[in-house]
Amino acid sequence: MSSPVLNIIASAISDSIRAGTPLLLATLGEVYTEKSGVVNLGIEGLMSVGALAGFAITLQTGNYALGLIFAALSAALLSSIHAFVCVHLRSNQTISGLALAMLGMGLSSLFGKPYVGLPLKNNIRPISVPILENIPLIGPTLFRQDVVVYVSIMLAIALWFTLFHTRYGISIRAVGENPASADSLGISVSIVRYFCTVLGGSLAGMAGAYISLGYTPGWNENITVGRGWIAVALTVFTFWNPLRSLVGAYLFGGIEAMQFRLQPMGIPPSMLTMLPYIATILALMVGTRSRFRKRLGAPKALGVPYEREE
Amino acid sequence: MKVKFERRGAASARLVALSRFLSVLLAFPITSIVFLAYGTNPVKALVEIFGNVFGSWFGICETLVKSIPLILCGVGLTVAYKAGIISIGAEGQLLVGAIAATWVAIYSGVSSPLVLPLMFILGGAAGAAYAALPGILRAKLGLSEIIITLMLNYVAQNLLVWLVTGPWKGKGEWGFPQTDKFPDYATLQAIPGTRIPYVMLTMALLSIAVLYFLLFRTKLGYEIRVLGDNPDAAKFAGMKITRLIIASMMISGFMAGLAGVGEVAGIQQRLKRGISPGYGFTAIIPAWLSNLNPIFVLPASILVGGLFVGGDIIQISLRLPFGVVNVFNGTILILLASSEFLVKYRPVLRT
Repeated sequence: MSSPVLNIIASAISDSIRAGTPLLLATLGEVYTEKSGVVNLGIEGLMSVGALAGFAITLQTGNYALGLIFAALSAALLSSIHAFVCVHLRSNQTISGLALAMLGMGLSSLFGKPYVGLPLKNNIRPISVPILENIPLIGPTLFRQDVVVYVSIMLAIALWFTLFHTRYGISIRAVGENPASADSLGISVSIVRYFCTVLGGSLAGMAGAYISLGYTPGWNENITVGRGWIAVALTVFTFWNPLRSLVGAYLFGGIEAMQFRLQPMGIPPSMLTMLPYIATILALMVGTRSRFRKRLGAPKALGVPYEREE
Repeated sequence: MKVKFERRGAASARLVALSRFLSVLLAFPITSIVFLAYGTNPVKALVEIFGNVFGSWFGICETLVKSIPLILCGVGLTVAYKAGIISIGAEGQLLVGAIAATWVAIYSGVSSPLVLPLMFILGGAAGAAYAALPGILRAKLGLSEIIITLMLNYVAQNLLVWLVTGPWKGKGEWGFPQTDKFPDYATLQAIPGTRIPYVMLTMALLSIAVLYFLLFRTKLGYEIRVLGDNPDAAKFAGMKITRLIIASMMISGFMAGLAGVGEVAGIQQRLKRGISPGYGFTAIIPAWLSNLNPIFVLPASILVGGLFVGGDIIQISLRLPFGVVNVFNGTILILLASSEFLVKYRPVLRT
């Protein structure tokens, strides 16, 4: 294969990975939240808050690591409201999640006003991995990325391993499948659900910060443009499996990245923006055919508040 | 001594009303804290919002303009929610309604006296059909209507953007992403001195009465309520669950579709991006705030409609972003979700 063609492919894949990284982080968080039995529809709001917190802190301190940490903390704080409403108040998770989405978007729009359009000097930049970056195709796509990309890939693997091959993972899945029997085994349903909801929130916050610090550095109202909802969809699309989320996020990221490449060829961007949503609906339709049902992985107690029988 | 929470039996209507009222009331001190943190005097902001909205003729008229689509979407949603179907898809259904009406107005070639009725019929039907899809998927395949309706909102939004930037882009619009203005016979007259299309106002008020009657005085309404309260009982009584789910979704979608027709024919008089600042999405609030009673959707929609107008006003007067409205809406909604706890459980003192 000639090298110009190889270069185009490499840069397309590389773009897909970059575009897919915020989706990946948010989806990984939502997978954990939902595996514990809590639906969080507020991802879009949590991402917005994280994007703003990350941007504001990085602008003040010049340190994007601090920005990412504060993004995670602020979104964790906001998602703990959702955890409280779902776990302690045993209330409607759908409504609470939608409320969180509105609240997060509103708060970031208000407090972000002074930051609109400010330039960021210390944005997240790619770091090449020596030697490995020279491997044809794989080098430029995988080893000339930034640190968040590397960390999120490792995180996907670690979270997959934890969920399916450790004691902690079994506890989380037990709470999401059958909280009553998990409870009788001495697992605290409340603690697990709190932990997973807040973990999910902080990952959504980091996902948002990656957008404002790395993917498209800068702050603007509505910077997340619906990626939070795509993450909710991806969680279902990848059937609650962190490794499949890795593939799914890059696939959807690829669709997003393609918009800029296909637009000059006369394919309207709105048609491509539509694709992830249609793909999710189709995947769900195919995925629920009985022969797949066993492998689906949807937590049985998803969205159902737990109340101990006394 | 310890406070324990015990599950109540059926909550009284007064308790439910009280919990709803408290949710709205508590939203004020909480959003005031947000205003304070931002450095805006909360009293000044609230006076600016509510004084201007409910204290001036212009404010009241504009509130009605924005309440109309909220009422239509909201009463529709109560029907779906009563059946136990959590649709978040009114936004998408509103948009396809608007798209269908636009097709009738500009591209169908129908002559003048028939155009408006046809716009409403096709717009409503488009909304109903768009809502039937998640209804069918839920009833036949057991797919979560929450996810599907959410996805379909974005599909509709992108479809609209594609139309107004592509095939339906207006000729004389200097490159703006919008269609040409509708011919006069395809637009709705406003009450003189306001932007309120009187057809839409009538339709919104009428829809409250009709859907109240449907839910509480007809067999279909009875079956929908049984299905929502106790699906097993509905099955045991031999009700056709699949048909009930799809029917309640279609009614809900039809109402949202009508709201979409009203926005393009009455307010904008053309199809464009942003014909809805999230009416269908926000209509979740009046629907839940009303405790799924169409009559109470009216005051709840006026409250939320007023917030939309207030958001416009403080954008100019206090230079605050429109997103403030979302802070209000989100706070009300989260308090609403929380207040369910008081409706379901009673505190008991134990020594």
